[in-house]
Amino acid sequence: MNIHEYQGKEVLKQYGVSVPEGRVAFTVDEAVEAAKELGTSVVVVKAQIHAGGRGKAGGVKVAKSLDEVRQYASELLGKVLVTHQTGPEGKEVKRLLIEQGCDIKKEYYVGVVVDRSTGRVVMMASEEGGTEIEEVAARTPEKIFKEVIDPVVGLQPFQARRLAFNINIPNELVGKAVQFMTALYNAFVDKDCSIAEINPLVVTGDGNILALDAKLNFDSNALYRHPDIVALRDLDEEDEKEIQASKFDLSYIALDGNIGCMVNGAGLAMATMDIIKYYGGEPANFLDVGGGASKEKVTEAFKIILSDPKVKGIFVNIFGGIMRCDVIAEGVIAAARELGLDRPLVVRLEGTNVELGKKLLNESGLNITAADSMADGAQKIVELVK
Amino acid sequence: MSILVDKNTKVITQGITGKTALFHAKGALDYGTQMVGGTSPGKGGTNVEIQLENGTVAKLPVFNTVREAVDATGATASVIYVPPAFAADAIMEAVDAELELVICITEGIPVLDMVKVKRYMEGKKTRLIGPNCPGVITPDACKIGIMPGYIHTKGHVGVVSRSGTLTYEAVHQLTTRGIGQSTAVGIGGDPVKGSEFIDILKMFNEDPDTYAVIMIGEIGGTAEEEAAEWIKANMTKPVVGFIGGATAPPGKRMGHAGAIISGGKGTAAEKIAKLESCGIKVAPTPAEMGATLVSVLEERGLLEKCITRK
Repeated sequence: MNIHEYQGKEVLKQYGVSVPEGRVAFTVDEAVEAAKELGTSVVVVKAQIHAGGRGKAGGVKVAKSLDEVRQYASELLGKVLVTHQTGPEGKEVKRLLIEQGCDIKKEYYVGVVVDRSTGRVVMMASEEGGTEIEEVAARTPEKIFKEVIDPVVGLQPFQARRLAFNINIPNELVGKAVQFMTALYNAFVDKDCSIAEINPLVVTGDGNILALDAKLNFDSNALYRHPDIVALRDLDEEDEKEIQASKFDLSYIALDGNIGCMVNGAGLAMATMDIIKYYGGEPANFLDVGGGASKEKVTEAFKIILSDPKVKGIFVNIFGGIMRCDVIAEGVIAAARELGLDRPLVVRLEGTNVELGKKLLNESGLNITAADSMADGAQKIVELVK
Repeated sequence: MSILVDKNTKVITQGITGKTALFHAKGALDYGTQMVGGTSPGKGGTNVEIQLENGTVAKLPVFNTVREAVDATGATASVIYVPPAFAADAIMEAVDAELELVICITEGIPVLDMVKVKRYMEGKKTRLIGPNCPGVITPDACKIGIMPGYIHTKGHVGVVSRSGTLTYEAVHQLTTRGIGQSTAVGIGGDPVKGSEFIDILKMFNEDPDTYAVIMIGEIGGTAEEEAAEWIKANMTKPVVGFIGGATAPPGKRMGHAGAIISGGKGTAAEKIAKLESCGIKVAPTPAEMGATLVSVLEERGLLEKCITRK
């Protein structure tokens, strides 16, 4: 789960990570009020969207007067910002972070992730602050330093020191850097983050170490134990169908095509998207209806797919293990009856209770094209939506 | 032969009184697996009665702890159907009871819990398969997990996969061609897991009854690339692959917690390229996994030996 920069900074602040003073603003007046409260001569007006690259896209403005704050806030609020991470349709700016300006002497990168190969939390740091870490990893990987953290003891001070010395933090600030990194690690583990990126980490003219930006991403599997993080969710930043799907515990991702898919199992669902594309079609979505799905869940899944106006046809591809083919059939029939089936539907069933499932579909009276195999099903649906 | 499980493996089910656990305990018993008991804290001393397809009723003892269950039944393996909030603890309990094999089906375990589990398991004898996996099956001998038994047939091709249903697809394609499986292992869809491709490939490499392997991967992480290098350096048997998610957009978690292209890494294209460069033929579509294996078996003169069902 993603959150906004200002929310990430609030979370990190709770753990003692130094962040610039700032306030969130939803209107131009709030923005000006916030700037007054902060009282610094320079104030930064930052668009808050769930995407990086905001600076380059004109979403970060340095204001030297309250008039400029008013001007920038009016420009940014309501603007659709297009960054290299938003996709061409961009994202509408509905919130601003009004932050005190600071005297940046140098920028660094510090990030925390889970490393799959070692099964450990890893902290990475680099002197190349402000640049995309992927670029640094590609161009100058030797400039990225890593510390593998033992979960039994957490980030040890010697590890944080080693990182700080490796990225050339000035000697007199190493102590503060160690404090910063330790607090960042604690926040990461305590809140079940999947990524915590500080890019840039800055050293200021008056000898402070601050997180100038903070990107926190949370492990969806752990949200059940963090209601405070769930409360930070911004539904405006999510696709409506994805929001609806998550209400029913369905795994759904919206894509750009016109062939709706309903599959059981994430691997098979990805492979179904792949095979549709292989035969010249474009999948409209990824949807894993899951192993223990009830008739109701299947019905909801079907409804969500049918609610997408881009969808011109649907491919249901089920290989039943836990998922029973008769349950899928009942769900498909119920949804089709409730909503009216107005688009071609190809169904391929295999696995547990397959004969019963096929029988139910045949006897439903609905216009369903049966497929003998996954390849057959994909080819049929691609033909039908042409 | 086979790897990990055979007809002598005695298994217990952790969380046995739950609906899903009971459903699959029945599936295991119907298949001939030696499911010998289970745990459910607080229900120790009771029994679960399971009506089997052959008309008999299996009566399985329930214990409060894994240790008690192991002492009473002699089980060497366990399968876990415990909800995500408690599953890491269930794994550790099984490891503490010194089981040889633990298979965790549960999806949704917090990643940092698994980081702790991995650390806990260091130096211990237990092998963990999963979590978020369909289980392990040695056809005609032992089925532990949620896979439909009937699609499998005994034979000489090993299958190892991050996906559940995509594995059934592959197995089905093999069985319909008369090509049997030695053992099919679902390593699961999570980013931090008990066993990776390399761990299972090593076992297949050493199993005299496995003549070839199908490896099914997906986007996210670099396990397939690491496996490809290992295969090139060590594997004495042909391996054929498939990588799901060629059409997945970056940055989005495609169902599995581990199926995410992050920071430009973990794309299907990279994995396919690496596999091919290490001599592993990759099926162009999921419908051609079986056909791709057949072509490689033919090339190596192994097809005849691998046809175990006419």
